[in-house]
Amino acid sequence: MNLLGYFRAQRNKNTASVAKERLQILVARERAQRGGPDYLPALQEELLLVIRRYVEVDQDAVQIQVDREGDCEILELNITLPDHQQGR
Amino acid sequence: MGKIVVVTSGKGGVGKTTSSAALATGLARAGHRTVVVDFDVGLRNLDLVMGCERRVVYDFVNVINGDANLNQALIRDKRVDGLYVLAASQTRDKDALTSEGVERVLDELRDQFDYVVCDSPAGIERGALMAMYFADDAIVVTNPEVSSVRDSDRVLGILSSKSRRAEQGGEPVKEHLLLTRYSPDRVKRGEMLSLEDVGEILSIDLLGVIPESQAVLNASNAGIPVILEDESDAGQAYADGVARFLGQERPLRFTDIPRKGFFGRLFGS
Ligand SMILES: Nc1ncnc2c1ncn2[C@@H]1O[C@H](COP(=O)(O)OP(=O)(O)OP(=O)(O)O)[C@@H](O)[C@H]1O
Ligand SMILES: [Mg+2]
Repeated sequence: MNLLGYFRAQRNKNTASVAKERLQILVARERAQRGGPDYLPALQEELLLVIRRYVEVDQDAVQIQVDREGDCEILELNITLPDHQQGR
Repeated sequence: MGKIVVVTSGKGGVGKTTSSAALATGLARAGHRTVVVDFDVGLRNLDLVMGCERRVVYDFVNVINGDANLNQALIRDKRVDGLYVLAASQTRDKDALTSEGVERVLDELRDQFDYVVCDSPAGIERGALMAMYFADDAIVVTNPEVSSVRDSDRVLGILSSKSRRAEQGGEPVKEHLLLTRYSPDRVKRGEMLSLEDVGEILSIDLLGVIPESQAVLNASNAGIPVILEDESDAGQAYADGVARFLGQERPLRFTDIPRKGFFGRLFGS
């Protein structure tokens, strides 16, 4: 590899791994939502609104997914609070 | 009873039509009676890639509507025995492909052919869903690029929940990954997702890797399925894919940078 090529490689070194990481997160989330009940997105929106009455959280702070175990459906709810919780 | 093979992707322009033409031609060349069907209503293109655009008289929608029978609409390839094309309609009516109509025509094709290769339109609208619904096998064409991989994953979700096989609770549609427009040197430089990256995310069987190649454009300019260009890298990569589809083992080719000589190493990048 010549010098120019070396610098070019340095600059772009991480774009593919950034792409992979973003995809892994996104695909995992979309798979979790897939096949779930139709009301999940609306439920997620409303939960976000309620939580935001008390804590300022990010758009993606509420994660919902439905797991099935036999006949049983489990609604899993994950809420990420910010580092410094500030009530309103 | 023939097999229905859909070539699909979600994202547009990733190489579905190129791949449909190549794979269908390869299957026919291996001695299997094969028809390749263009599902891209309104944007007929398969006929151009197959080089039979001047011989289209009747199309898929004509057959569905009963304006023509199948034998009138099937175009026989002049280069490869047992290879036929069914062109898409150029109508702007997106509802022209009715579920009953598509089912009836596919059933009839399945009686006559070993393989019915369906070239899906882009997107996840009616035409694409229709092409996927009846499939036994799905070839998911993916470029090593974020939006293509994401769309492929969505398409895999549809295949496993909304296909006929899924709805009837039978054996699931067999899914194959075809990675196209692959540039080993860009992967090496860390600018492009690698074959391993894409495989890890989608986790389905790898049918083949088709390199980014000038041969594809040359072949489509001439109306020749690229697999007939035996000397070309892309043609050979498609031939390997067909062999794997038929159950043979083939090592991957064209996924590494060609070794450079001494001067290449000194002056190349
Ligand atoms: N391996 C390749 N190397 C270089 N160019 C390619 C390769 N595969 C496809 N192309 C080019 O990419 C373009 C799109 O290909 P093609 O029409 O097969 O995609 P498509 O998925 O069918 O598109 P659409 O979604 O619009 O139907 C064409 O110009 C084709 O020549
Ligand atoms: Mg196409």
